[in-house]
Order: sequence, then structure tokens, then C-alpha cells
Amino acid sequence: MKPIYFDNNATTCIAPEVRDAMMPFFNELYGNPSSMHMFGGQVAKHVQHARERVAAFLNADPTEIIFTSCGTESDNMAIHGTAELLGPQSKVITSRVEHPAVLGPCRRLKNMGHRAIELPVDTSGQIDLEALRDALKDGTPAIVSLMWANNETGVIFPMEKIVEIAKEAGAIIHTDAVQAAGKLPIDVKRVPVDMLSISGHKLHAPKGIGIFYLRRGTRLKTFMLGGHQESGRRGGTENVPYIVGLGKAVDLAAAYMDEERRTLARLRDKLENGLLATCPDARVNGDRMNRLPNTTNISFEYIEGEAILYHLSDLGICASTGSACATGSLEPSHVIRAMGVPFTAVHGSVRFSLSRYNTEAEVDTVLEHMPRIVRKLRDLSPFGKGDTLPVEL
Amino acid sequence: MWDYSDKVMDHFRNPRNVGKIEGPDGVGTVGSLACGDALTLMFKLGPDKRIAEVKFQTFGCASAIASSSALTEMVIGKTIEEAERITNKEIADYLGGLPDQKMHCSVMGREALEAAIHNYRTGETSVKNLEDHIVCTCFGVSENEIRRVVTENGLTTVDEVTNFCKAGGGCGMCRDDIQKIIDSARDAQTASPQPPAAAPKKRLTNIQKMKLIEEIIDREIRPQLQKDGGDIELIDIEGNVVTIAFRGMCAGCQSAAFTRQDFIQAKLREFVDPDITVVDEC
Repeated sequence: MKPIYFDNNATTCIAPEVRDAMMPFFNELYGNPSSMHMFGGQVAKHVQHARERVAAFLNADPTEIIFTSCGTESDNMAIHGTAELLGPQSKVITSRVEHPAVLGPCRRLKNMGHRAIELPVDTSGQIDLEALRDALKDGTPAIVSLMWANNETGVIFPMEKIVEIAKEAGAIIHTDAVQAAGKLPIDVKRVPVDMLSISGHKLHAPKGIGIFYLRRGTRLKTFMLGGHQESGRRGGTENVPYIVGLGKAVDLAAAYMDEERRTLARLRDKLENGLLATCPDARVNGDRMNRLPNTTNISFEYIEGEAILYHLSDLGICASTGSACATGSLEPSHVIRAMGVPFTAVHGSVRFSLSRYNTEAEVDTVLEHMPRIVRKLRDLSPFGKGDTLPVEL
Repeated sequence: MWDYSDKVMDHFRNPRNVGKIEGPDGVGTVGSLACGDALTLMFKLGPDKRIAEVKFQTFGCASAIASSSALTEMVIGKTIEEAERITNKEIADYLGGLPDQKMHCSVMGREALEAAIHNYRTGETSVKNLEDHIVCTCFGVSENEIRRVVTENGLTTVDEVTNFCKAGGGCGMCRDDIQKIIDSARDAQTASPQPPAAAPKKRLTNIQKMKLIEEIIDREIRPQLQKDGGDIELIDIEGNVVTIAFRGMCAGCQSAAFTRQDFIQAKLREFVDPDITVVDEC
């Protein structure tokens, strides 16, 4: 059964064009781009071409593009590489709703003695810019790492303003643009971040390839020591097939972006409005006015997300949840909690994230089945029928 | 994705005995919306004093629903005495096993059954009492509950205890305490809980005491509550009675009473005065 795949913020399928572009580099063109022979040297040209395509995608210079193994590596590289350079007195400022790839290194730095600040968000998941200004007020050397768009809710942070505030205070600004890339135009000349992370597999390239954008003139302590690859900023033989695939994937993303933003938003809105209309006690989590066009995060109150996902999965429908049960951690999503979502809705959040490969018929299938699933679980639930049982304590 | 057994998936997809009973003989509710799972179990006895009818309602994940459904099948036809001997391990075994991190679902089933039997015998609606020392304030798990899952299931690590009853799965502050319970349960089944070391008595002036209470709240208490998106406000101090108010996520949290008594009061008793009582504003 072909899955009905609404989990594109988790990962995406590899575009057929990307797969085709990669294939020759697994077989005939296997040379090392650093080699001093034509067989390897010709491969270097393809790597360079991909670098140029990525640079064009971001309106950057090819020398500012570093290929990494994933978005997480790019995030680690930015935060550790900068904090180490700025010294033990420096500050790291992030938000409570970041991806673990950013929160992890920030918390490590905190344990190492750096001051680490996790900025709060409001109930719509929006960042408090005044809190950012306050955090930067004392003029301590700082790195600010704030995501461009949130993976769970799709909420878009006002990156232009964030960069302005950070630069005014003389801070280094990094953004995790893993979810934004391919869904929103990114122009590093218009929004002059110092560093930016992108992951290939979120935009129809394979898993295992990432981009790190490093503005020319921005200093960074090298993280992966080794050979001279990536101009000495990231050692390790280039992952040629995936780099070539990523070059193709960003071209496709750029070509489809305008159309996709319209069609995905329309499908997403149909899905979202349909679910809100047919499932009582459902609420959207996140700032609906400033959101990725492909993402909706809906809480179905009084029921639990993992149970919803398993019923959807029985129908071949893929989505994700912020419920504690789905992670094995016992704690529900840190993003949902940071937004202060009411406790009746915390465990029942379901995220649907679309891509250009989704169809209206697939949206209709979800709309057809979801009300029944919600009803079934509500019938099972002791809560939410107006006859709340005596709660202990 | 969890590696659920076919039997778990069957009970999840087709739960047995869902609903309520008119005029039940016993009702038990455990868990809460805030904690992520909850179960209400009710039963009615037949003329032969055996459980003739049993119904459940569960808020929770696939394995929570399956554990509740399995439990209802297991208790039908049993006497109260037979039913109360059912352990969480038997519920898990009946389902062909549960993933380690989901064992707490089987414990929730056993607890609901116990609560329902307690309700049948005494008419009381709750078996949890505040006398029982709460170790894990995030999930409101008591020392006795931890001791019980440890001995019944032969647990040896804190992570196992977390899998079985959630204790230690929130902020993690109580992990050392859980380890001590595991150790003492292993050393001797009869070991009684160590009384907390009393704070050295020293005379404080009223002003000194107020300052110290404020300092302890700022240093020891508030940061922990803020980790969970909550906060605390000091309202008043009268003699040894400290009035506080919960803010943010703590306001309305099911565990707030435990947090007040077993965390805030315990901290203030430890650092300020062993005779302090903490009360909630409302």
C-alpha cells in the first residue's frame, strides 16, 4: 500500500530527479574529488557545481557554502564553533522551542560554564523580541541561535528583525533553517544571518547531507578536523553523490517554491479547516498568520496522540504527535509545553506536514476517517463529555 | 514505532468492555489528563460474589488502552480476593509483553483495579493518601508505590522504575532517592524509610526567617518549578505558616498538592525550620 504521507517535516521522499542525478556517482564516477587525476578531478567539478547551485538558492557566494552530514552537524558546528571562539565568558541565546540539535549544544555549553538563555515564546509560539533585546543588553559577546521556522508548529520567527537586534548588539547570529529551506525564500543578503543550517532530507534530497552557510568574514573554530576539504573548515572526503543530489534538490525547490506555497497552503487549509469543522474540541497550535504553508499542528482534546497515530497508521496515513507516549520520554513535546497549551490538549497534538507530492484526494481521505477515529477514542476516554469524573487530590 | 505484540494491537483496535456501569459496586480512577494517561475502572458483583460485569474508560496511548481492555477480561468471573492478587506483570504477560518504556501502562491497570476494590470495601474514592511520602513530584509517585513495583517486578535500576511507574521520568530530581529505595528494597524487604535528617535547630529572628524563606524559594524551589513552565509566589508568612500561590503551569496541575507538601514544604523544613507548614493561597 502506498502510504499517505503527511509527515514531511520529519523527512521527505527523494525526488526522482534527485535520484537520477545521483546515480552515476555511485557507479562510474566514484573518484575522489581531491585526486590529481582526471578521473577524480572531473568529480570535483560536479561538487563545485552543486555548491554554486546551493549558493544561488541562498543568494550567497559559493565560498560561503560548507557541506556537512546533516542539519544537526551544522547546528553543532555553529554553536560550539562560535562559543569556543568567543571564550568561556560568552553567552549563548536560544529559544525554548528550538530543535534538540540546537538545545543540546546550548545545554552542553551551559554545563561548561557559559551563560545560556532560552527565550520564552507566547501562546502562539512567537518569540518575544523584547526578551531578546534584554538578553543582549549587557554587551557580553554572544551567539544567538534561533530557528527560522519551527518543525512542530511551522511558526515562522521574524528573522529579519531578529538579525537586526542581534547585529545591533554585536552578537553572532545563527539560524536553524532546516524547516524553512525550500518552503520560504531565503536570501542571506536581504536577511544577513552569519550562519545558517539546512538539512537535505527535508527538501527531497537524501538523509545524510546538510548545508552550513558561513558568511564571509565570520570566524569559526573548526569542529571536524582533518583534510583540506571545504577549504579546511570541515574535514572528511566529500559525500559526492549526496552533494550532487542536494544541488539538484535545491534547484527543484527554487523552481517549485512559488507554486508550492500556494498549492500547499490551500491543501493544508482544507485539511485544517475540515478537521476543525468535523472534530469538536480541536484547536490549532501555533501562530496561524505566520506559519509555513505546509504545516498544521492540531490538538484533539481529551485524547492522546499516539493512539490517534496508530489508528491513522492502520489506514496507511503518516503523521506525527507531540504526545509523551510517542517518544518514550513521559514528557510531552517541549514546544507544546513552552507555548502553554492547556493540559487538556497537550497530549493530543497531531502534526500533518505536506509536500508537493501530496494530493487533494489524500487530504480527503484524512478528512473522511479522522472524525471517526477521534470519536472512537473520545468514547473510550473518561474525560471531555461534560461529566468530568472526580479527579483525585 | 513501538514493537507492540499482536495481542496489544488487537486490544487497542477492538477494546473489550468499554463504558460505564449503572450503580457499580466499585469504581477506581488513576492518572490524569496532565500526566498523559488515566483510567477509570468499574465493576459489579454477581449473586455469587464474583465480578459479573466490568467496564473501563481510558485516556492514553495504544498500550494504555490495551492494558485496560486486557485487565477487564482477566477479572471477569473472579472473586474480589482473586482479583486483587493480579499483578502488573500478569497484565503485561496476558498481552504477550509490553515494551519496557510502556510497562507503566500495566501498573496503571493494577492501580485502578486496586482503587476500585478499595472503593468497594470502604466507599472511599481514593487510595492515595498524603501521608504516603511522595518521591516523584512530577508524576505524584509515592515511596510505597515505587517499593512495590521494585519488589513485584525485581527491578534493579532507576530507568526500570521510570518505565514501570513513571517516577523519575520528569525533572529527574528524585533519581537518587529512587536508587536508595531500590537499594533498601533489595537489602531488606522490611527496611523502613529513613527519616529525613532534621535541620539543625537555630533561633532565627522573624526578619531573618522571612529573608531565608525568600532566599530558599529563589534558590531551591523556583528554578525547579520554572523548568516545568510553572512558578510560585510567596504571599505571606505568619509564624511557621507560609502561604504561597502557584503560577503558570503549576496552577491547576494535578500534582500541585504534592509539590506543595513534598517539595516546597520539605525544602523549607530542611533549610529553614522543621516546623514550617506550607499552605496554598486558595
